[in-house]
Order: sequence, then C-alpha cells, then structure tokens
Amino acid sequence: MTVFVIRRFLQSIAVLVVTAVIVFLGIYAIGDPAEMLISPDASQAERAQVVASLGLDKPLWEQFFTFTWNALHGDLGRSFVFNRPSIALIFERLPATLELTLTGLVFAILLGIPLGLLSGLKPNSATDEVIMTGSIFGFSLPSFWQGMMLIMIFSVWLGWLPSTGRGPVGEFLGLHSSLFTLDGLKHLILPAINLSLFKLSLVIRLTRTGVRETMPLDFVKFARAKGISERRIVFVHVFKNILIPLITVIGLELGSMLAFAVVTETIFAWPGIGKLLIDSIMRLDRPVVVAYLLVIVSLFIFINFVVDVLYSLVDPRVRLGDAS
Amino acid sequence: MSATALFREDMLLGRLIMGIGRSPKAVIAAVVCVILLFAAIAGPFLTPQDPYDLAALDILDSKLPPGSQNMDGLTYWLGTDGQGRDMFSAMVYGLRTSLGVGVFSGIVALVVGTVLGLTAAYFGGRIDTLIMRVVDLMLGFPTILVALMLLALLGQGLWKVIFALILVQWATFARAVRSAALVEKNKDYVEAAVTLGISTPRILIGHLLPNCLPPLIVIGMLQVANAISAEATLSFLGIGLPITEPSLGLLIANGYQLLMSGEYWISVYPGVLLLILVFSINIVGDRLREVLNPRLGER
Repeated sequence: MTVFVIRRFLQSIAVLVVTAVIVFLGIYAIGDPAEMLISPDASQAERAQVVASLGLDKPLWEQFFTFTWNALHGDLGRSFVFNRPSIALIFERLPATLELTLTGLVFAILLGIPLGLLSGLKPNSATDEVIMTGSIFGFSLPSFWQGMMLIMIFSVWLGWLPSTGRGPVGEFLGLHSSLFTLDGLKHLILPAINLSLFKLSLVIRLTRTGVRETMPLDFVKFARAKGISERRIVFVHVFKNILIPLITVIGLELGSMLAFAVVTETIFAWPGIGKLLIDSIMRLDRPVVVAYLLVIVSLFIFINFVVDVLYSLVDPRVRLGDAS
Repeated sequence: MSATALFREDMLLGRLIMGIGRSPKAVIAAVVCVILLFAAIAGPFLTPQDPYDLAALDILDSKLPPGSQNMDGLTYWLGTDGQGRDMFSAMVYGLRTSLGVGVFSGIVALVVGTVLGLTAAYFGGRIDTLIMRVVDLMLGFPTILVALMLLALLGQGLWKVIFALILVQWATFARAVRSAALVEKNKDYVEAAVTLGISTPRILIGHLLPNCLPPLIVIGMLQVANAISAEATLSFLGIGLPITEPSLGLLIANGYQLLMSGEYWISVYPGVLLLILVFSINIVGDRLREVLNPRLGER
C-alpha cells in the first residue's frame, strides 16, 4: 500500500513538473516573456527593473530555476490590472468556483443515479429508450448552449431566476457560502444545473451499465433465493457494488468540472476563477493566466491522486494489478 | 444493379451502409449529415448574399425578425443580425468553418494517432511504453483544460485552434489503434507476411492498418462531433477563432448579448444548427459503434 501511494505520488509530481515546463516554455520560449509579464504601459526604467528581477538576461535553464523557485514560494507574478499578486486573486475567487462545482456535482449525482437505476433495471423499455436518447442529446448539446437556453427560458421568459452573478454570501458554522442565503441559492440554481447537465449523461450511463452488469451475478440470485426483498437487493447489495466505479469516475470528473466551470462562469457572470481566466485573457493580464493554469493543474493532479489512493483502498485489485 | 449487390455484406463499406440502413434513427441522422456536408461545400452557391461582403450589407436591415423583406425584395427567412447580415447566409458560412475545422483536425489527429498507435503496438518495448505514457498523460487531462492552456498561452487564431484540437484528440486514436493492432499482430497473416520478407512499413500500412479500421471510423465520427463542439465552445469564450473566421460558435456568441433584449434569432438559429450537426454525427457514430463493435467505447 505504502509503495503504491509513494509511486503514485512520484507520478503526480512528474506530471506537475512536465506541466510547469510546458507553461514555462509557453511563456519564455514561444513568446517574449518581457512582453508577456511586463505591463504594456510600464516605463523604460520599470521594464529594466522587472527584467533584472525576473532574471530575463540570464540563460534559459537559470530562468527556469528562478521561475520554479518563485512558483514554489507562491510568487507567480503580479496582476497588471489589479496590481496585486496573481495567486491571491485566484485564491480569493476559488471558493465561488468550488461552491458552484460541488453543487453541480451533487445535482448530477442526485438526478443521474435514480435515472440510471430506472433505465438499467428495465433495459429496452420505453423509459430506458427515452432516458438513453436523452443522454445522447445531453452530451451533444454544447455546455454554453445549454446555459443560454436555461437563461432564456428561466430568466428571460419566465423570469423565475436571476441570470447573472453570485448572490449574497451567508455564514454557517464558520463556512462562507451563498448556499446559506435565499437570494444566494436563487443565483446558484441555474449555473449549477448548467454545470451538472454536462456530467449528468455520464452518471446515467455509468449507473445503467453498472446495474446491468451486476443484476445477473450469482450473489443477486442467491439473495433472491434467500427471500430478500427486491428493493433491498437493489438498494443495498447491487447499489454497493456499482458505487465503487461510480465514485472513482465522479472523483475524476470533478477535475474536469472545475475546468469546465470556465464556460458556465462566463455565461452566468459567476465571479469564480474561470471567469477571472477569460477576463484576464481578454485584458492580456498574463501573470493571472499563468497562475490560473498552474493552480488548476495542481488541483487537478491532486484530485486524481486522492481518487486513485481512495480507490486502491476500496478495491485491492487496483494496487495489486499495478504492482505486477 | 440493386443496392445489395453494390454493397456486399463482407465489405467494410457494405457493413457500414447496411448497418445504418437497418436503423431508421440513424438513416435520418445520416441524411442530415450528408445535407449539411453538401451545404458546407456548396456554401457560396446556396446563399442569397455574401455575408462578409460589406458592400452587400445595409445597416438599415439590422436586427430584422425572421421572414422580413428588404428593399430589393430579398426575404430574410431567418432574420438578420446586428449588421444587417442575412442569418441564413451567415449560418451557411459558419457551418463551413465549423465543419472544416472539425473534420480537418479530426483527420490530422487520426493520422498522427494511427501512426503512433501502430508504431507502439508493432515494436512494443520501450517505444510502446514511451508513447503510451504520453497518451495516458494527454487523456488524463480534460480536453477543454488542455485547449484552454494552449490558447491562453498562444493567443487566438485559426491554426492555433486546429493545433489545439489535434493535440487533444490524437491520443484517443493512438490508444484505439494500438489495442486493435495488438490483437491483429499475433494473427497468422502477419506472421506469414513477416516470413515472406515483406518490409515493416508495408506490413504496418498494407496489412495491419486495414484490419484496425473499424474502431478508427467510429472514434473518428465521435471525435469530429467533439471537435466541432469544442471549437464552438472556445470561440464562444472568445479565445478560439478570430472574428475574421466566423464559425457557428462565434455567431452564437455575437447574438448572445441580444438574446436578453428579445432578438432571439441571432443566436438561437446558429445554436440549433450546431446542435443538429453535433447530434446527428453522434447518432450515426453511435450506430456505427453498435454495428462494428458492440463493446467499443462503452463508458
């Protein structure tokens, strides 16, 4: 187990280093770092000072060392627009993104698992056909298009829910979240649904496949022979078995939802890191872009690492298979 | 000559066409795909107006609702946008760009992925490990994140978007080709070809590749749909195609601001077209998957 965790950890570090090298090369080798990292309206003296402090007059490998050293100390440059450390800007907006992503994930699970069970328990029925065609439709609809339709229907036509921004933030048990105020909740519903639709099809399909694979197994027949009620078989015994792959995939998809939040946040003007990224790209605020990329990739690698370790705890075959 | 005689069941093309023919849903989707492909190719001959010839536009015609007529008696069946551009014409041109970018990047990714996948499977050992490590690394990241990273660093542009789409797609092809080729590699005909002294490139391309085609076709279809969708998303965010190459995603983005004020047609119609395009390609791809290999791509 320890060996597995250590090896997996080293792999994560390797991926992180590779990403850092790519981002570094993207700034320093492809583009002109002076142009990228120094504000366009900086004076000549400021420019020379930044060039010296970034070590842009030094050889490339030394620059990489400085870049990594600074990054490890949480210094990813200052935003041109806000004139504040870019990493601080990211961490300021991260809670809003996490709130949105986690709520979206909960929606996807709460809707996806029952629908998947419904269609998996009665394969090839009319219900199944509707749910499955609906799920193809679901992943054919580009996420931004779904978001626009949600706004058009629920905000413009029906006027039920607000279409932009985040509501007031409430406090509960020391946690600050817009989940704790009514207006905050109203603002959260549409973006969270938009983000969850993206993963809903996947959860439905996974649950359906899991149910269909588990139902014919011997232990289910045995449970029936013992006279256990069908409801208990499905919700206790079968459910436990399909939960393992489901948890893994959901965990891994959390990372991709964080990345996809860029789209949802842009449409709904949600003040998270995704919107910050797009705004920064538009304003050519590159230190923030670089900081976003490094933070989101680190987060992503961290989530994958945790999911893999958890999975190997639940299912010993994973670490044994990897060791051979 | 009847259709059955023209396409024999034992030929790959025959299997594909007959497979689609047996599902009414797939037939409709395939017909839609063909019509859209034709519209994209014939584009300029179908549209009443060149939407990007500024001389042909009249600002007085801007934001006309669907069905309005202009002074010359030209009817705007789908309305006009903020610059007085006929939406139908703009959509046909957008379709050309979207489909072009999607298909082109799909084909290049297919070629790159196939070459690397075949190489990995045939030579095995270190080469295999190296290529597959990179594939795993690529597939570990969500498509949108890689594309965002690349475009954030490189800036927007047609070739940059195509490059980003190729980069995020090739690994899927490489993995599929490798697993198909690993199965084929151990069959007698490959051994026979080696014994006959046929050169390695010829064995790879002439003998292994044709037998790896079925999964490639399916993944190719689904990847083109993904690529079109991804390009639209990136362009909508404003970091994909530049304003000079208006794809469907850009059209939707342009109309998005006007959606709130009730001029729905400027972004809704391009959106519906995009949806029809991606949905029908997915339906055909899904059907082909069932025909060629029921187990493939099950997630």
